[in-house]
Amino acid sequence: MKDTIKIIGVLTLVCVICAFFLSFIFALAREKIEGNNNKIQQEAIYRLAPSAEKVTEVKAGNDVIYKLFDNKGDLIGYVFLAEGQGYQGKIKILAAVNPCFDEMKGIEIIDSVETPGLGDKIQGEAFKRQFNNLIISLPIEYVKDVPNKDNQIRAITGATVSSRAVVNILNDKINQLRERLLEK
Amino acid sequence: MSKTNFLKGLWKEHPVLRQLLGMCPTLAVTTTAINGLSMGLAVVFVLFFSSFVVSLIKKVVPHQVRIAVYTVIIATFVTIVDIFLKAQFPQISRALGPYVPLIVVNCIILGRCEAFASKHHMADSLIDALGMGFGFAWGLFLLGSIREILGAGSIMGITIMPQAYNPLIVMILPAGAFLVLGLMVAIMNRIEQK
Repeated sequence: MKDTIKIIGVLTLVCVICAFFLSFIFALAREKIEGNNNKIQQEAIYRLAPSAEKVTEVKAGNDVIYKLFDNKGDLIGYVFLAEGQGYQGKIKILAAVNPCFDEMKGIEIIDSVETPGLGDKIQGEAFKRQFNNLIISLPIEYVKDVPNKDNQIRAITGATVSSRAVVNILNDKINQLRERLLEK
Repeated sequence: MSKTNFLKGLWKEHPVLRQLLGMCPTLAVTTTAINGLSMGLAVVFVLFFSSFVVSLIKKVVPHQVRIAVYTVIIATFVTIVDIFLKAQFPQISRALGPYVPLIVVNCIILGRCEAFASKHHMADSLIDALGMGFGFAWGLFLLGSIREILGAGSIMGITIMPQAYNPLIVMILPAGAFLVLGLMVAIMNRIEQK
């Protein structure tokens, strides 16, 4: 009996001390971590839409969409966050499109845990650049050779799954948002 | 005494190349030199502080629950590393992904706590932890470097191979990890046999 109490006591004590210690450390770092995440997002929006003078946030259902305005106050496009399943985990993409939702301006990968050295090349410039001025009035397609249509991108060699994931995530979100935004 | 205690982890009882422990992170994160090095250093930190605490409380922990207690302690330090990387080095944190939390189940750490820190004095335990930790770190750094050079033509992100070099993509893939690790272990055995 005495042994049992000692076992329970020590284990509980160790857990309580560790939990206390961790919550203390986490409280110290939380602001910084949130700041980092926000910064990544802000920088990505800026890279996607360098000409935007004003960015406003609007809620559309569960999504947050950023409306971009130029210095005359005209709407020049939208930035939205799309996420979905990649090869290993979630991929989060920030994408910019023009106001009529038929041309993509560019994408930034905010978060992904794709295979280092292969799938994570979706974060590389060569892959992302393909989405600049991509036609999205038709669904985006991926091909394994040089694309010959305006709505096609070239998948990364050895990382077709990750490339396809990006394309599917974008197509799904574009469809959802187009209906919501254009009917307004 | 303490010198051999330190050196054994670096060479004679190298955790990766002699004991073949911690294979999961070894094979998974060493796609680039910097990833291997960061993982190695994270393990040095966790191993050092876990050994410190385990050695400190070894007399009060009941034998039956020692593994549970060690695991909680290790998990605490791993979470600290994880939070620290997220706050200070978000890039590295993103590159290592789920493998930082998985240090909790790295058998080198639990192994050293159970086999060494819980049975030796504090000073010996800390020296042992540093030796094993840095042994692990150089193993991963070397493995990551070889794979990065052959698989991507660069080292620490800087291209060193001539333009004409066609990277061997297989080296970045899991198969490349097994190949290089196997060769490293073979070379190590060869040297030790003499």
